[in-house]
Amino acid sequence: MRRVLVADRVATATLWAIALAALLLLAAMIVHLVWAAVGTLSASFVLGDPEFLGLGGVGPVLWNSFYMLFLTALITVPAGIAAGIYMAEYAAEGRLTSAIRFAQEAISSIPSIVVGLFGLVAFVNLTGWGFSALAGSLALSVFNLPLMARLTEQALRAVPADERYASLALGSTKWQMIRHVVVPLAIPGIVTGIILTAGRIFGEAAALLFTAGLTTPSNYHFENLNVLDPKSPWSPFRPATTLAVYIWKVQSEGLGSSVKQIADGASALLLLCVLGFNVGARMISRVLVYRITRA
Amino acid sequence: MTADLGGVAAPLKASGSRSSLGQLAAARRATLAEDEALVTKMEATSLNVSYAGRTVVRDVSFPVISNQVTAIIGPSGSGKSSVLRCFNRMNELIPKAVVSGSVRLDDEDIYASGVQVVEVRRRVGLVFQRPNPFPMSIYENVAYGPRRLGERNRARLDEIVERSIRQAALWEEVSDDLRRKSGLALSGGQQQRLCIARVLATEPEVILMDEPASALDPIATLQIEELMRELIEKYTIVIVTHNMQEAARASDHTVFMSMGTDRAGYLVERGPTRQLFSMPTHKLTEDYITGRFG
Repeated sequence: MRRVLVADRVATATLWAIALAALLLLAAMIVHLVWAAVGTLSASFVLGDPEFLGLGGVGPVLWNSFYMLFLTALITVPAGIAAGIYMAEYAAEGRLTSAIRFAQEAISSIPSIVVGLFGLVAFVNLTGWGFSALAGSLALSVFNLPLMARLTEQALRAVPADERYASLALGSTKWQMIRHVVVPLAIPGIVTGIILTAGRIFGEAAALLFTAGLTTPSNYHFENLNVLDPKSPWSPFRPATTLAVYIWKVQSEGLGSSVKQIADGASALLLLCVLGFNVGARMISRVLVYRITRA
Repeated sequence: MTADLGGVAAPLKASGSRSSLGQLAAARRATLAEDEALVTKMEATSLNVSYAGRTVVRDVSFPVISNQVTAIIGPSGSGKSSVLRCFNRMNELIPKAVVSGSVRLDDEDIYASGVQVVEVRRRVGLVFQRPNPFPMSIYENVAYGPRRLGERNRARLDEIVERSIRQAALWEEVSDDLRRKSGLALSGGQQQRLCIARVLATEPEVILMDEPASALDPIATLQIEELMRELIEKYTIVIVTHNMQEAARASDHTVFMSMGTDRAGYLVERGPTRQLFSMPTHKLTEDYITGRFG
């Protein structure tokens, strides 16, 4: 009896220690990066234009990160949700379904640099758009779309069968059941999926090197709303270096004495944004669960 | 086939044999001792159900009489729920389920080609064993069916919701926070009455109940039974239960099913509840209702 109790204590302590170690590692990383950037992270750094030799700012590349995130979401969210609904509600188990599943898993495991090279051929050269935000977003969509579809499918499958049967037994059609019961109940899960994949898109660099380009942008005129004008920051047909790509670029080929400072500041900013997505995902999902299940 | 049928069952049974339509119509009306006109609302004929090749219901035939409570009783595994689900084609949702035989609703085979399953389920509602309200407000739960049928008028929806909740004997308890309170925030018995109200809102003709009180306490159970007695004024009810007291108290007609040696459920005996419980013709029925097996 005693030995059983000792084993129980040991198991509990070991698992606690492992969990604590993971937590400490994360905390150490955040503290290290934020500490290194403490003097750099000012409004002029976050919003300002980059400079050739001086510290400058990361305003335009930060904008590009959010812009590409938006563009990618515009492509992958509707298509991913539609694909998820098909996989969860309509696809019968069979050759086509297992082929789709295989493709989903295979694409998710392709190294992103390879996706970038594919994007260079398909979205940069074949389309004739050159390095552009749109080409970059399409490259990001390559691995985000299957992920979005998978997360939606899981969220839909988590809706209890009881609720589905209740709807059908009331004489609703299958589509009415999906539209009015299954999807509303899965929305918290789907939204969490969107925001968490946003973190991955936001931090992705390799897939964008050969697709969205490496120019150092400055002088964005946000009042220029013509999306077809390559000079407008709203245009998808212009090169768009993102924050993550900028970190790589500065570290590998930056000049001047502020290189390390810029990289540290940009890294901390990137980390804070991704952390923000994660915390935001939890909060939004909690609010949605509360609102949908309460009223 | 069960040949030894007593009382009302026999003439109604005759209507089950597939004779000419004229004979069917003539046989549909039978008279009870009290001279009460009985109309067959639904009728199962030679019903077989199998799941993935395993037969779970074999050759079950019985009528469901209009404005009465028909109880299907029997031990676990005798196929009671499988039979019930045939009455509004819910078996089709179970992969690899095969149903043969026929189920008639007002003399129309609900399995015939061209029959809209959505329409069948609207006319024949189902209350589940475990209360399963949607995680929405009480109002939205009840309005769900009518909304899916295309009702948009707010005043009419309000009226349907209130009428259905009143019919389900739930109005006094929930009228104050129809829109604020989630259906899930109600007690088990209230949830089940909400589910009944939700079915009533689609104005069905028949209400199927799959052990509706099995998850409820004795008081809530009695409330559901009282409710059934009130509802048969306007509706026809088929209830599955393995609670014999419940069948004896609440039903007019009882169908007793058991499990054969091949584990397929079959119909042992059926008849007016009072008769089946007081003078069962089968040894098996007697053993079951006296609690010797089951």
